[in-house]
Amino acid sequence: MTTMPLVPVEAAPPCDSRACVLETRGLTKSFGGLVAVNAVSLRFLERQTHAIIGPNGAGKSTLVNLLTAHLPPSGGRILCRNTDITGLPAHRMTGLGIGRSYQKTNLFPSFTCFENCRLAAQTRLPTSMRFFRPAARYREINRHAEAALDLCGLSARRDRVAGTMSYGEQRQLEIGMVLASGPEILVLDEPLAGMGREESERMVALLRGLAPHFTIILIEHDMDAVFSLAEVLTVMVNGTLLETGPVEQVRASVAVRDAYLGDGAEAY
Amino acid sequence: MTSIPRPVAMLLIALVVLLALFPSCGGLVFPAKHAFLMQKLAGIMILAMMAMSLDLLVGVTGLVSLGHAAFFGLGGYALAILSPEYEAANIWIVLPAALAIVAAAALLVGFLSIRTSGIYFIMVTLAFGQMGYYLFNDSRAAGGSDGLSIMETPAIEIAGRTLLKLADSDSFYYLVLALFVGTYALLRMVLNSPFGQVVRAIGVNENRVRGLGFDPVRYKLAAFTLGCTLAGLAGFLAAAQYGFVNPTMLSWHHSGEALMMVILGGMGTLFGPAIGAFVFELARFGFESTTDHWQLLMGGLVVTIVLVLPRGLAGLLLDLARRGGKQP
Ligand SMILES: Nc1ncnc2c1ncn2[C@@H]1O[C@H](COP(=O)(O)OP(=O)(O)OP(=O)(O)O)[C@@H](O)[C@H]1O
Ligand SMILES: [Mg+2]
Repeated sequence: MTTMPLVPVEAAPPCDSRACVLETRGLTKSFGGLVAVNAVSLRFLERQTHAIIGPNGAGKSTLVNLLTAHLPPSGGRILCRNTDITGLPAHRMTGLGIGRSYQKTNLFPSFTCFENCRLAAQTRLPTSMRFFRPAARYREINRHAEAALDLCGLSARRDRVAGTMSYGEQRQLEIGMVLASGPEILVLDEPLAGMGREESERMVALLRGLAPHFTIILIEHDMDAVFSLAEVLTVMVNGTLLETGPVEQVRASVAVRDAYLGDGAEAY
Repeated sequence: MTSIPRPVAMLLIALVVLLALFPSCGGLVFPAKHAFLMQKLAGIMILAMMAMSLDLLVGVTGLVSLGHAAFFGLGGYALAILSPEYEAANIWIVLPAALAIVAAAALLVGFLSIRTSGIYFIMVTLAFGQMGYYLFNDSRAAGGSDGLSIMETPAIEIAGRTLLKLADSDSFYYLVLALFVGTYALLRMVLNSPFGQVVRAIGVNENRVRGLGFDPVRYKLAAFTLGCTLAGLAGFLAAAQYGFVNPTMLSWHHSGEALMMVILGGMGTLFGPAIGAFVFELARFGFESTTDHWQLLMGGLVVTIVLVLPRGLAGLLLDLARRGGKQP
C-alpha cells in the first residue's frame, strides 16, 4: 500500500463527460471567529456518488446546510445546473431537485410513516394550498409515498407512528422522506450514524441501489460504506478541502492517511 | 388525529342529536327553564365554534394567539354597523360582508405577526387584540364602551320571501346548530386536505416543513386567516343572538377563556375544544348559580383538569376508546 503512487489532486481532474449538477465556488461560512467552511470549491456530477469525510467538527454538516440553503453563506457561490442559486430560501431547494436528510433525526414524530412520506411527496404538487379534497384521495401522491416506503424498507411499518419506531427505522424513514419528494440530488448527512450492523448493511444496500439513478452527496464516517459506495471522495479538515478526487487516489494519499485515515480512524 | 375511534365518534354524534332534539323535547325535562336553556345552549355552541377555530391556530398549527376574541368581536361589530336601523338586515349581504371584513383584518394582522414565533407571537397578537378593543371602546361611532344595539336581527330571505327570522328562537337555535356542525365539518375537511397535512406538520416541526420544500409563512398565514374568519362568524352569531355588541367581546379575557376551552378540551383534536367550551360554560353556569366565589371554583376546575389530563378531555376519551378497543 505504501508504494502506491501519489498523484496531486489538481493534476488529475477525472475525465468525466457527465454534466455538473451542483457546484460550489469559494463557499465560506464563518460563525463569529470560527471559519467552519473555508473557500470550498467542489463540483458534483450527474449520477455520481461523492462522499465527503473528515473528523468531527470538520465542517461537513455546515457544508450540507449551505448546499441546501439551511444556512446563508458568508461568501462564495452555489450553482445548480449552472444557475446561481446562492441566497434562495430553503423551501425552494426541493423544487430544484435537491433533497436532504439530517444527521440528527428530523421528522414528524406524531405522524405515521406513511404520513411522513406523503407530506414529502406533496412537494411534487405545484402547491399544497388545496383545502377540499382529502390528501388520501390524491392517488399519484399516495403512490409516490408508498413507493418511497417500499424503497426504504418500511412498507410493513406503514401505519406506525414514527416517534414510536426504533432509531434505525427512523433513520430509514429519513431516507424514505427524501426519496418521496422526488429529488435528483440526494444530500445525505451521515445516514448510517448510530445504526446497528445489520441496519447499516441494509442502508448501504439501499444506497447502492439508488446510486445509478441519483447524484448523491454522502457525508459519512463509516469508511467501509464510503469505499463501497463512492466514486469521488473529498476529505475536509478544519473547514478546508484536504483532498478531492477518485476514491482510490484519495485513499492512497499519504496526507489523508495522516490526517484522517490513520490513527484517528480508529476513533470511529 | 385524522381518524376518530368509533366509540368517540358515536358519543359525539349522540351529543349532537341531543342538541338537535332539545328545542322539541327539552321542555319535557326542564319545563321551567326551557327557553332560557335553549338560549344558553345556542350561546355555548357559538363559543364552541370560536374554540374550534382557535384550535386550528393553537392546537394544529402551533400559533398561540391571545387575540382571537378581537376577530370574534369584529364579526359582531360588522353585523351591528352594517345592519340598517329600522329593518332586518338581509343575511345574504351582511354575513359575507362581515366575514370579508374579518378575513381582511386577519390577513393584515397575520401578515404583520406571523413571522414572529413563540412568546413574541403571543405578545403581538395580544397587542393587536388590545388595539381592536380600544378602537371600538374609544370610538364614538361604535358606541364607545356601551357598544351598539341591533334593533332588528337579520333575516334569511330568498327571492323576496323571508324564510327565517333570526329573532325567532327556534330558528336561531337550529341555524347555530347547523353552523356549529358545519364549522366542525369544514375544519375537519381542511385538516384532511393537503393543506391540512402541511399545517399539522408545521405544528410539529416547522423547520423540517421548510426543509421539505414548503414555505411555512404562507401556510401559517392561510391557517390564521381561516381560523380568525371562523371566529368572526361566531361573533356575528353572538351579536345576532343578543342584539347588541360591546367592546368586552374583543377583550383579552375573552381570548384567554377561548384558550382555556381549547386546552381543557384537548389541543389539536377539534372536537375536544368544542367539548371544552361546553364543560367550561356549563361549569361556570353551575358555579355562578351556587356561589359568589365562582371564579375561584372555575380556576380550581381548570387547574385540576390540566394537571390530571394533560391532553385534555379529548385525550381522556381517546384513551378510554383505545383501552376499550383492546379488551372488547
Ligand atoms: N450554528 C452554529 N453556530 C456556531 N458554530 C457552529 C454552528 N454549527 C456548527 N458550528 C461549528 O462549526 C464547526 C463545524 O461543525 P459541523 O457540524 O459542520 O461539523 P461536522 O463535520 O459535521 O462534524 P460531525 O462529524 O461531528 O458531524 C464546529 O466547530 C461547530 O462547533
Ligand atoms: Mg455533522
